[in-house]
Amino acid sequence: MTQPTRSPFSRRSFLSLAAAGGMTASLAACGGSSPRDSADQAVATGDGGAGGYDGPQVDLAFWNGFTGGDGPTMKALVDTFNSEHANIAVTMTTMQWADYYSRLPSAVTSGNGPDIGIMHVDSVATNAARNVIQPLDDVAAALELAESDFAAVPWQAGIYDGQRFAIPLDVHPLGFYYNKDVMEQAGLDPEAPPTDHDSYMAALEDLKAAGIEGHWASPFPFTGGLTLQALIYQFGGSLFNEDGTQVTWGEAPAVEALTWWVDLAKNGYSPANVDQDADYVALKNGTTAFNWNGIWQINDLKQTDISWGVAPLPDIGGSGGVWAGSHQFVLPRQRNADADKAQASRVFVSWISEQSQAWAEAGQVPARNSARETPEFEALTEQATLAEQLDDLRFIPTVPGITDCMAEFDRALNEAVLSGAEPEAILADTASRAQAILDENASRYSG
Amino acid sequence: MARTRTPGRGGRTGSPLTPYLFLAPYLALFVAFVAFPAVYGLWISLHDWDYMMSSQRFLGLQNYTDLLDPASVVFRDFWNGMGNTLLFTVVSVPFLLVLPLLLALLLQQKFPGRTFFRAMFFAPYVLGVAVIGLMWRYLLDGNFGLVNAYLGTDISWTTSQPWAWVSLVGVTVWWTLGFNAVIFLAGLGDIPTEHYEAAALDGAGWWASFVHVTLPGLRPVMIFVVVITVLASANMFGQSYLITQGGPSQSTQTAIMVITDLGLSRYQMGAAAAQSYLLALFLAVVSIANFWLMRDKDAAEQAKALRAQRRRGGGADGHTPGSSDPQVPATPASLGTVR
Repeated sequence: MTQPTRSPFSRRSFLSLAAAGGMTASLAACGGSSPRDSADQAVATGDGGAGGYDGPQVDLAFWNGFTGGDGPTMKALVDTFNSEHANIAVTMTTMQWADYYSRLPSAVTSGNGPDIGIMHVDSVATNAARNVIQPLDDVAAALELAESDFAAVPWQAGIYDGQRFAIPLDVHPLGFYYNKDVMEQAGLDPEAPPTDHDSYMAALEDLKAAGIEGHWASPFPFTGGLTLQALIYQFGGSLFNEDGTQVTWGEAPAVEALTWWVDLAKNGYSPANVDQDADYVALKNGTTAFNWNGIWQINDLKQTDISWGVAPLPDIGGSGGVWAGSHQFVLPRQRNADADKAQASRVFVSWISEQSQAWAEAGQVPARNSARETPEFEALTEQATLAEQLDDLRFIPTVPGITDCMAEFDRALNEAVLSGAEPEAILADTASRAQAILDENASRYSG
Repeated sequence: MARTRTPGRGGRTGSPLTPYLFLAPYLALFVAFVAFPAVYGLWISLHDWDYMMSSQRFLGLQNYTDLLDPASVVFRDFWNGMGNTLLFTVVSVPFLLVLPLLLALLLQQKFPGRTFFRAMFFAPYVLGVAVIGLMWRYLLDGNFGLVNAYLGTDISWTTSQPWAWVSLVGVTVWWTLGFNAVIFLAGLGDIPTEHYEAAALDGAGWWASFVHVTLPGLRPVMIFVVVITVLASANMFGQSYLITQGGPSQSTQTAIMVITDLGLSRYQMGAAAAQSYLLALFLAVVSIANFWLMRDKDAAEQAKALRAQRRRGGGADGHTPGSSDPQVPATPASLGTVR
């Protein structure tokens, strides 16, 4: 499952990183050639990979966290690339995203980092600021990529401190999944899912009358946190101001959104305590009708025999707004500059970013506008449906360390749903703590 | 040999470097992976440390004073984590001592299938925390879990209190019970049967021989088990992380979880290091208190009297009559300290 960034660490990665961190920190402290010195990065031939690669045989390491249904698709793309490029052999290594994000910096520091990596859009700035990844302006130029080719936010998110650090691969928005069988049980038309506040509440009421809790309100980041973010946008609010300097989830729209979410249980549309993933399980086993979940669930639902559908998110608050994430290509910094590898890596990124259709079949929306406008993509009904939301997609601002605040956001959700905290009070409390974290990070990353 | 009573240089043969040579392999590992990181960590804790950044800002004791300043960002999470850790330790340790001891007493009896049951009760300990954590997360699921289905209940085992703590303590006891029981079993086997015979001759019943023979005989083992169990419970991480994710409302977020998050996902390694040292300090104090509380008071008195006697020039042959031999079973320190 393609899950965005914030899940914390496994104990294993903690232990290995603690060991690695201790060692590498000391190495970095005395080594003069640490990868943070940007000048020593090999800049290849300067054509960003457009001219191909005709040097000697090179082996490239490509790391990512595609552990779900998207993994085999990416692997197939890599195999195709390898067969088309006799002198480049790309080896793909897949690990859990949390492991990946913790392992990558220490691997880069010790000179064992991969040649190519993938990052979520909200992690790019942090990793650019921490010298984990290198600028890619030449690749963007070579591919003749322009802002007009992409959804605006994933495109701009790759820029940090005036330089481009990431090439967008896809966007993955939230979607509205519904179980058609359950809707029929309650006398709802499964071909006309609700689209706004009034029709949604009416549908929930009909489901309740049929003895069905229609939308389970999860207290966890998946899916409660993602849904709550979308609701805040829909009520006209945001999590942060545009330049990522102010936390804004303590304001009225967020209070309305969280209140609506908490009231689902109070009004009998959801059980009081929903376990991790139980909301999605309930959709799949016919216990509930609705679930707002990531586009990455399409392939999972296709493997079931239930009758289901997916639509753009109903606009509960009236202002529109959909949570989304984005996968981006990055080139980690190299301790030992190797011009051949640098060039071959760019060839790989250029090549893959043009295979958007194959990637869309893995359950993603291609980041490139051109790839979304093909008949092949239109034929992927579910993905194309969710791509309709493109103008409403909202991302959190991409400033370094902004994801550190999200633990506070998750706490507000958790306490409001599980411990009965007043939405206004808990949002204000967490927002002020998040503001302190944001301020602290602003000074850390600016210095 | 008489030599054993006169330790010192005179008793040794060969190069004086020999013992150090034998120690060298372990010493090298110890210095590289324990001693050096421990000292280096202190240095880190005095900085705003991120090993990926080009310079580390020196803060002095700021990371430590922040932990005592309610207005700082780290204060709330850290002390919440410490409080949760304390609660878990206080609640879980009694179960982790009493139940394994009772189990060991049972498994020491001679009955058919004894070896099978010994293996069965130890079996969960063989599994990693990831395995038992995931397994119990599904079993304890409040909406679709098997535990509720079997019990016919509707309890939110992982998303409401006090059930979240009941779950975590229960899972931990189920998981690690076998380890403590095996240590107790070894200790029970070391108690000479003559002691029980003597007690029986003196008319001691089951309870009297348990209190006056079994428990004193287990003292060295007990010290080991208590210290190890307290440390393991205080270092609890995986169960909370996987089963409750620190919730509901961060009420099961342990100190190690807080430190991990701060150091490894927020990259504030200096602040995280300071928290680690404070936690280590608490654990050191608790461990010393454990040793002190459980020392053999009679033997300590006698040893003290003997030393006084020696100072007065009285005859001493280096033997302390009547003291039980405080042998702690040799057990690798790595076993079970982190769960």
